[in-house]
Amino acid sequence: MKKFETIDGLVVPLDRANVDTDAIIPKQFLKSIKRSGFGPNAFDEWRYLDHGEPGMDNSKRQINPDFVLNQPRYQGAQVLLARENFGCGSSREHAPWALEDYGFHVIIAPSFADIFFNNCFKNGLLPIKLDAAIVDELFKAAAISEGYKLKVDLEHQIIEMPDGKEIAFEVDAFRKHCLLNGLDDIGLTLQRVDDIKAFEVKHRAAQPWLYA
Amino acid sequence: MSSKTLYDKLWDSHVVRQDADGTALIYIDRQLVHEVTSPQAFEGLKLAQRKPWRTASMLAVPDHNVPTTNRAAGIADPISRLQVETLDANCAEFGIVEFKMGDIRQGVVHVMGPEQGATLPGMTVVCGDSHTSTHGAFAALAHGIGTSEVEHVMATQCLVAKKSKAMLVKVEGVLGRGVSAKDVALAVIGKIGTAGGTGYAIEFAGSAIRGLSMEGRMTLCNMAIEAGARAGMVAADDTTIDYVKGRPFAPHGENWAKAVEYWKTLHSDEGAKFDATVELDAAQINPQVTWGTSPEMVTDINGRVPDPASAPDAVKRGDWERALQYMGLQANTPIAEIKVDKVFIGSCTNARIEDMREAAAVAKGKKVAANIKLAMVVPGSGLVKAQAEKEGLDKVFIEAGFEWRDPGCSMCLAMNDDRLESGERCASTSNRNFEGRQGQGSRTHLVSPAMAAAAAIAGHFVDVREWQ
Ligand code: SF4
Repeated sequence: MKKFETIDGLVVPLDRANVDTDAIIPKQFLKSIKRSGFGPNAFDEWRYLDHGEPGMDNSKRQINPDFVLNQPRYQGAQVLLARENFGCGSSREHAPWALEDYGFHVIIAPSFADIFFNNCFKNGLLPIKLDAAIVDELFKAAAISEGYKLKVDLEHQIIEMPDGKEIAFEVDAFRKHCLLNGLDDIGLTLQRVDDIKAFEVKHRAAQPWLYA
Repeated sequence: MSSKTLYDKLWDSHVVRQDADGTALIYIDRQLVHEVTSPQAFEGLKLAQRKPWRTASMLAVPDHNVPTTNRAAGIADPISRLQVETLDANCAEFGIVEFKMGDIRQGVVHVMGPEQGATLPGMTVVCGDSHTSTHGAFAALAHGIGTSEVEHVMATQCLVAKKSKAMLVKVEGVLGRGVSAKDVALAVIGKIGTAGGTGYAIEFAGSAIRGLSMEGRMTLCNMAIEAGARAGMVAADDTTIDYVKGRPFAPHGENWAKAVEYWKTLHSDEGAKFDATVELDAAQINPQVTWGTSPEMVTDINGRVPDPASAPDAVKRGDWERALQYMGLQANTPIAEIKVDKVFIGSCTNARIEDMREAAAVAKGKKVAANIKLAMVVPGSGLVKAQAEKEGLDKVFIEAGFEWRDPGCSMCLAMNDDRLESGERCASTSNRNFEGRQGQGSRTHLVSPAMAAAAAIAGHFVDVREWQ
C-alpha cells in the first residue's frame, strides 16, 4: 500500500444519499481477476450514457455531460464529497479500488456503510466522517467557488479550507498509523503468530468439533 | 458474572488479543469463498509467498457467474468463465474443498454453507460478500468482508476488528397468515432505515422470531446488512440444533453431545444490556413491497407510492423524487395497481426449500398472467433443486408457466445472463433494489416468495392473503 501523504485536492460534490457499491462500480466489472484498472468504470452507469462492459474502449463511449464527475471544472478531483450512508450495499473491494484508481484520496460524508469504510483504509483511501451540517456547508462552498480545494492533513487530523479555517476530524489510531506508513495488515498480524497459536490450543480444547 | 448478550458471548470467545484502543484480533472459524471476491486475495497470498493458515476452515463455491440454463455447455462469457476457472485453479492449488459447477452441492454460498452444516452455532463466519450476515441465524457471528480481509483471514485465520454496538430487534406476537420472514425484514428496514443498523450487530429476538424456521431466520439475518448492520443473529434453540443435526460438516458422535451442550448457552442472558432496542408487533406486519431504489423505500401491499412533497426533509425529498423517476412511478399510485414485467424467485434471501414451497403453494393450479414476459424460479442450491423436484414443486411451477432453473445468484445481481432490460419492472425475492442492480435501467420491487408468485399470476402486485 502507498503511504498517505497530505493533499491539497480539488473537491467534487456528489449530491446523493445512499450511494451504493453497485453505483460506484457496476457488477459486470467485478468479473475481473485483477485489482487495478477499475477507475475508468467508476460510477459507470452515471458517467456514460451507453451500457459499459469490461474490455470496452471507454474513450469511445458516450459521456453523460450532466453527471457531476464529467463537468470540466471537476476534472482531476481528489476529494469526493458525498451524502449519508455512502458505500452501502455489497462488500466488494472493487468499489474503493475504482475510486482510488480514478484518483480520489479522500471521501468526506456524514456517514459511511461499515464494510466500505473498512475497505477504504486497506487501499490508501481516507474516508472522513463529518457532521451533516458541516458536510452541507462544504457542498455549498464547492458549488459556489470553482476550483474549490481542501487540504487534508491526516497526521494532524485536520482539513483546511481555502479561507484558512480548519475542521478537525476523527480517525482510528491504528488505521491512521497504517495509512501514514503504508503498512500491510497481514504482516502486522503475522507478528502475533504466537498469540494466534495459543488461542487455537485453547479454542480447540473448548470446541473440538470445530477442528474435527 | 454480569449478563452478556449473545453478541458479547460470540465476540469474547474469539478474541485472540485486544489492544487498549479497542482494536482486537478475532479468530475466524469458517471462511466461505466464491469466485468474485477471492481471485485478488489468492493472488496477494501468492505474491507474498504466504500459505493459507488453515485450509480446512475454508469452503468454496462458484455462484455469481454461473449460468442457470444449459450448464452442460459451460459458461459462454469468457470473462465470467475465467473467473470461475481461476477459483477452481486456486482451490486445487491450495487444497481447498470446492463444490464446482457440476456438483449437486453447488449453490449460492449462503445457501450452501448452512445446508452442509459448515455454519455452526458459536462460530465466527466470514465471506467476501455482504450477505454473510445470513449465517448469524445459527447464533454465529457472521459478516461480510472485503477482499483484503479475505486475504488476511486466509493468511492469519484472524481479522482485525473493533466490537460493534449491540441492537436488539424484538418482534413479539404471531405473524399473520401469508406474512413471512421477508416481510419482517422489510418492515424492520422500513422502520429503522438502511443506515439504522450502521455500527451495530443486530440480534433478532421475541416470540415471532422463535417461531420462525431456520430458513426464515436466515432470510431475516440475510437482510440485516440492508439495515446497515454488518451482522444479524438469532439465539440458538431446538430449531437450530434440529436443523444442524446430521449435516455433512456437523459434529458427530461424542462431539455432537458436547457441541449441543455448548450451543444451548448461545443466547443473551436475562438482563443483558443493548445499546439500542427496536420493537415490532408481529400482528401489525402486512406483506411488504418496496417502491423505490433502496430497501427502506418500502410500504405494504395496502399502501401507495409516497408523494415526495411529504418527505421529512430536503435530502429525502430529492431521493424520493429521483427514485420515482427511475422507477417510472407516479406519487400516490396504489401498490396493488403496479404491473410487473418479470418475476424472479431466488437469491440467498429466498431460495431455500421453504421458499420454494411457499411460492409453489400460491402458483399451484394457476397460470402466469399474459403480461408477464418471464417468471423464473432459481433454487438456491442443487440440493434445494433436487428436494423441490422430489416434492413435485418443479412441475407446479412449470405447469403454471414459470421457468425452472439451475442454482446460482442469477438475476439477484445479474452478473450472468439473467437480467432485466432497461425499464423492465420485476417482482423479486432478492435483497437489493438499487439502481441497475438487476441490469442497467432495471426496476426492482422486493417482496416475499409468496408475494412474487402471486404477482406473477395476477400480473400486478396483489395481497397474497386474499388468495389463501
Ligand atoms: S444471491 Fe445475490 S445477494 Fe446473495 S450472494 Fe448472490 S448476488 Fe449476493
